[in-house]
Amino acid sequence: MCLAIPGKVTKIVEENGIRIGQVQFGGIMQPVSLDFTPDVVVGEYVLVHVGFAISRVDAAEAERVWSMLEEMEMLAGELPVELPVETTRRVRPRRERP
Amino acid sequence: MKYLDEYRDSNLVRALLARIERTVTRPWVLMEICGGQTHTIMRYGLHELLPKQVEMVHGPGCPVCVTPAGILDRAVELALRPEVTLVTYGDMLRVPGSQMDLFSAKARGADVRMVYSPLDALRIARAHPERHVIFLAVGFETTAPANAMAVYQAEREGLQNFSLLASHVLVPPAIRALLASSACRVQGFVAPGHVCTVAGCKEYEEMACAYRVPIVVGGFEPVDLVQAILVLVTMLEEGRAAFANAYTRSVSYRGNVYAQNIVSEVFEVADQTWRGMGEIAQSGLRIREKYAQYDASRLFDAKLVEPTVPAVCINAEIMQGLRKPTDCMAFGTTCTPENPIGASMVSAEGACSAYHRYRRQNVETMP
Amino acid sequence: MSAILCPLSHVETETVLMGHGSGGKLSAELFRAVFQPAFGNPILNQLGDQALLEIGGTRLAFTTDSYVVKPLFFRGGNIGSLAVHGTINDLAVGGAIPLFLSAAFILEEGLPLAVLQRIVDTMQHCAAQAGVQIVTGDTKVVEKGSCDGVFINTAGIGLVPKGVQLAPDQARPGDVAVLSGSIGEHGIAIMAEREGMSFETEIASDTAALHSLSAQMLASGAAIRCMRDPTRGGVASTCNEIAQASKVGICIEEASIPVRPEVKGACELLGLDPLYIANEGRLIAIVAAEDADQLVTSMHANSLGVGARVIGRVTAENPGLVTLRTPLGTLRIVDLLANDPLPRIC
Repeated sequence: MCLAIPGKVTKIVEENGIRIGQVQFGGIMQPVSLDFTPDVVVGEYVLVHVGFAISRVDAAEAERVWSMLEEMEMLAGELPVELPVETTRRVRPRRERP
Repeated sequence: MKYLDEYRDSNLVRALLARIERTVTRPWVLMEICGGQTHTIMRYGLHELLPKQVEMVHGPGCPVCVTPAGILDRAVELALRPEVTLVTYGDMLRVPGSQMDLFSAKARGADVRMVYSPLDALRIARAHPERHVIFLAVGFETTAPANAMAVYQAEREGLQNFSLLASHVLVPPAIRALLASSACRVQGFVAPGHVCTVAGCKEYEEMACAYRVPIVVGGFEPVDLVQAILVLVTMLEEGRAAFANAYTRSVSYRGNVYAQNIVSEVFEVADQTWRGMGEIAQSGLRIREKYAQYDASRLFDAKLVEPTVPAVCINAEIMQGLRKPTDCMAFGTTCTPENPIGASMVSAEGACSAYHRYRRQNVETMP
Repeated sequence: MSAILCPLSHVETETVLMGHGSGGKLSAELFRAVFQPAFGNPILNQLGDQALLEIGGTRLAFTTDSYVVKPLFFRGGNIGSLAVHGTINDLAVGGAIPLFLSAAFILEEGLPLAVLQRIVDTMQHCAAQAGVQIVTGDTKVVEKGSCDGVFINTAGIGLVPKGVQLAPDQARPGDVAVLSGSIGEHGIAIMAEREGMSFETEIASDTAALHSLSAQMLASGAAIRCMRDPTRGGVASTCNEIAQASKVGICIEEASIPVRPEVKGACELLGLDPLYIANEGRLIAIVAAEDADQLVTSMHANSLGVGARVIGRVTAENPGLVTLRTPLGTLRIVDLLANDPLPRIC
């Protein structure tokens, strides 16, 4: 529903009291409001929706998941690799089909 | 592009699909909630590559589709006033109200402009103090913070000629409504990654628990989506109904607190009508009293009358995952993206529109 | 089915909409509903980018086009370069050697003369470079607010060499589709300059005269069935037109479509598909499969064709439809759009 694209913050400036980052998407630059990601620094990636960064892309987390996915690909799923997700409480499912 | 291209890697998608194939032993009905995810499934043909046992049904997560026709009628009416400049996102310009869309209003002389960002809407208001700029602001949890920021910023600057015609919807109440229905076939959900980026995971975890249904947060690229589906299938096969986050590079458990704060500063939760689904309690956002002077529906007395949907349209059932667009007798005949009858045909993200654009019967899809 | 009424679907038919000029479905409908019934004749009904006329044993190509671009100036060109290149290209893709152009100007009261001068100088420069002459013209001025600064109409005449027989209905199953270079640059360069679009890019319009390239392609001896320049509506619309005219299917390989990082970035950000973005210096040729390599090699020798490559093939299946094979091997429909593509948030 919501088109959000990762881009790299190349510069940060103040404009009308709003923190604006110059964010690079492929070959273009777009000014993006960093109001919702005040901790982001130049060089990091943000996920941008309608001109606002809605999150900082977690590089370490992306790396962790990516290496698990790659491992899965290499093993072609022969061995039970732990699924790269964060899970929480476990409950029995409501509906099951025979 | 980093964090985009690698998640479209065909080999990885195939490896994940093969793993789903090996995991699945019986039929499961899964719903991807978000229209963006539907778009990815259709665009890459993922539903053809999934094992036959995994049926994907498409959820109500397209803000353009679910924006009530009454709001569009209102927008058209306001746009046609001589003192008003109506600005909105590109997607909204062709969404038909009960009479016409905003493009047609423009053809009748209305000053209608497209913006990419709410900040552009503010820029237009600043540049044209002689006009009243109304921003038709729609969206789910993802877009609400940006729209809220426009109001907040307008207040900070003391802009007098700017207001919001707002129609915001919230995902969890719609999913709860769906799950509460006895006809619901969905056994697992791919939760909308960008909504959760803003809103966090708590409500989805609670739903997984309360309704004993697995919910996995998924991203929007093929690898992300297939990964989420794999987790769902694994849970279902193991008899677990848990919550999981398979989009961790963007989604944290708490979500984006800064974005949440600006939303609750400007908006409050209210009942909301969904096009194609009717009114759902506490499923929308309205502008708080404090910001009433930026609320177009208060400034210009608004009475929303939601037009009735023609009987032929099975949109409500499609949005609940009960039927497919191709089950509808109007699909592709009287209902097309150019002439939409139902909400799901309205936006490119809607299930009917995506089906119409990317898939049609009698098309040979094998080499 | 007569019971199905559609109270929501009043797409305005009583007035002209912007979409009627988009080159997509609405344009085709307007032509079918208004122009063809009135003007229809065997030459018009061929629906080529140019009319082919036989006069005293000589074959001429004749075409006209109006240029209404906002903004008037953009990276890589201005309305004047489009007005010359566009009309030359409509002749060139018919296999003609462009010779003469007309130029008619509709000027808005209050337009600075310096602006007009810049546009006119550009036109002369482009025409001279292409070896065509602007031999007749007209000027009208309208009241302030009646047009966007300048509208230009150009018409062109070219000579079709003996033996050249190109038409959009000539594509046959087994043929392949060749594209001359990367796509979407013109459309994105224009979009970057528009109000409400705040992105910055180095990308320049690909506006160029294609007649030297088309002449080189014809000289290669490859069995070319037809050529088209994918302007409004982009590669997707052009392929649809060929598929419909020839009653064949066209299957494009997604991975083979060259897209520069600027165009890709803008399209990802705005939710657009590069296949629908306008080009002003690219062409698509349908050619016999066995001659494809020869044709592509000949194109590589021209600076406008260095990026040339095979992008798809003509099939007997799915006549009238364009399909696209994704990198995953699945197939999806590439439809004709009703309107110009619009940026989306979702």
